Amino acid sequence: MIEIRDIHKYFGSLQVLKGIDLNVEKGEVLSVIGASGSGKSTLLYCINGLEKIQQGSIRVDDVDVHAKGTDINQLRQNLGMVFQQWNSFPHLTTIENVALSPRIVKKKSRAEARDIAAAQLKHVGLGDKLDVYPSALSGGQQQRLAIARALAMEPEYMLFDEATSALDPELVGEVLDTMRLLAEEGMTMICVTHEMGFARDVSDRVAFFHEGIMEEIGPPKQIFGDAISAHTQKFLANVR
Amino acid sequence: MEYTFHWRPVFRALPDLLDAGLLTLQVAALSMVFGVVFGLGLAIIRLNARGPLLWAASTWIELARNTPALFQLFFFGFGLGAFGWHLSPYAIVLVGLSFNNAGYLAENFRGGFKALPPTQLRAARSLGMTATQAYIRIIIPQVLRIVYHPMTNQMVWAVLMSSLGMLVGFRELSGETQFFASKTFRIFEYFAVTAVIYYVIVKLILAMSRLLAMRLFRY
Ligand SMILES: Nc1ncnc2c1ncn2[C@@H]1O[C@H](COP(=O)(O)OP(=O)(O)OP(=O)(O)O)[C@@H](O)[C@H]1O
Ligand SMILES: [Mg+2]
Repeated sequence: MIEIRDIHKYFGSLQVLKGIDLNVEKGEVLSVIGASGSGKSTLLYCINGLEKIQQGSIRVDDVDVHAKGTDINQLRQNLGMVFQQWNSFPHLTTIENVALSPRIVKKKSRAEARDIAAAQLKHVGLGDKLDVYPSALSGGQQQRLAIARALAMEPEYMLFDEATSALDPELVGEVLDTMRLLAEEGMTMICVTHEMGFARDVSDRVAFFHEGIMEEIGPPKQIFGDAISAHTQKFLANVR
Repeated sequence: MEYTFHWRPVFRALPDLLDAGLLTLQVAALSMVFGVVFGLGLAIIRLNARGPLLWAASTWIELARNTPALFQLFFFGFGLGAFGWHLSPYAIVLVGLSFNNAGYLAENFRGGFKALPPTQLRAARSLGMTATQAYIRIIIPQVLRIVYHPMTNQMVWAVLMSSLGMLVGFRELSGETQFFASKTFRIFEYFAVTAVIYYVIVKLILAMSRLLAMRLFRY
């Protein structure tokens, strides 16, 4: 379980998160929506410790992410992250991209890491692209590669930061399908997304962020059908 | 005044000159290895550190780039000597060239680090890699590709700079040539042949560099 308690995050004097409280249960799929600049990405970065917080706490399976003694590299293995910019490592082949971390972080043998990587690449539909360089892949394929790379660490949680927003429209579907597949397999997921269809159909709950505050959270039915906050209503009216 | 060319003594000395050429190549190559390692360190410090460490790195880079290479060699030769620290001629040239290479390469590396999207580091760290692992596996290999051509140029430059070694008593290619030339007074002939040897060494380096690039950068 991810427990977020009253976190405050500043960039210099700019306050980006203003007291967020949130629990994400094992197996849950949470979508996070909201306008640009509302702090959605920052929330994900704080969860896996890529950004520090100035107040509050985040616990993942009872480990305090921001505590001094926490082994953050150990913790991150359990929190796969997929970025908007797909971030393939261009100097490594597809399978090397995926096999690298199992080998050097989890200290698996070369052969074992390759097997894990091949299995995950097959999982996301890239089983026939093992030995090509990312430059030969489409954006959608590179994003699925990024998903496979995160999955190869066998995380219990996956954080998606607008995994489809940098993609050409015709490539969005294949990545969303992969995310759907993970959701069906029971992966715990926090998905920052602009894909309202995905948020409605796949998530257990949807959280709406507005200027650093989580204004509203609830089942998709409630958020999309019966939002309480005027900001939520306005946001949804604009994206539809 | 008539000057008659005498090439025979030069050709007799050719094996010795070629040996000296190898020494030149060796000291230049070693100084590149140190230059790359220290240059990377300097660039990383310059991009991330503050305080005295940043100051020291910046001073190194500034001195290496903005003073004559000859003075840098003299510093490691006679400068340190004044403090009772005597290096061998070989060591003076190796340390001096490494110092110079590191300073020049640091600026190239810095440009290379900045050219990489910062999200590459984040992506690597998000997989649980330590900062060191991320740099060694993900960041530095990409930076080395970006600065591959400046690095090749620096290697060529190191070979040519090493000729300053003759002024601190190092018998690399130029020092050896000077030695023979002053013994026989066939100064023009010796230095003409040596110029050809330098030219061939540089061309070989450029050809090797191209071959290596084809093997290394298949992406
Ligand atoms: N490294 C940083 N330094 C300074 N300010 C930052 C930094 N990262 C983000 N911000 C600011 O923090 C605020 C929230 O940014 P964040 O990226 O979390 O928003 P977001 O909800 O993900 O928006 P988007 O939909 O555009 O991705 C913005 O005002 C942004 O400019
Ligand atoms: Mg964002």
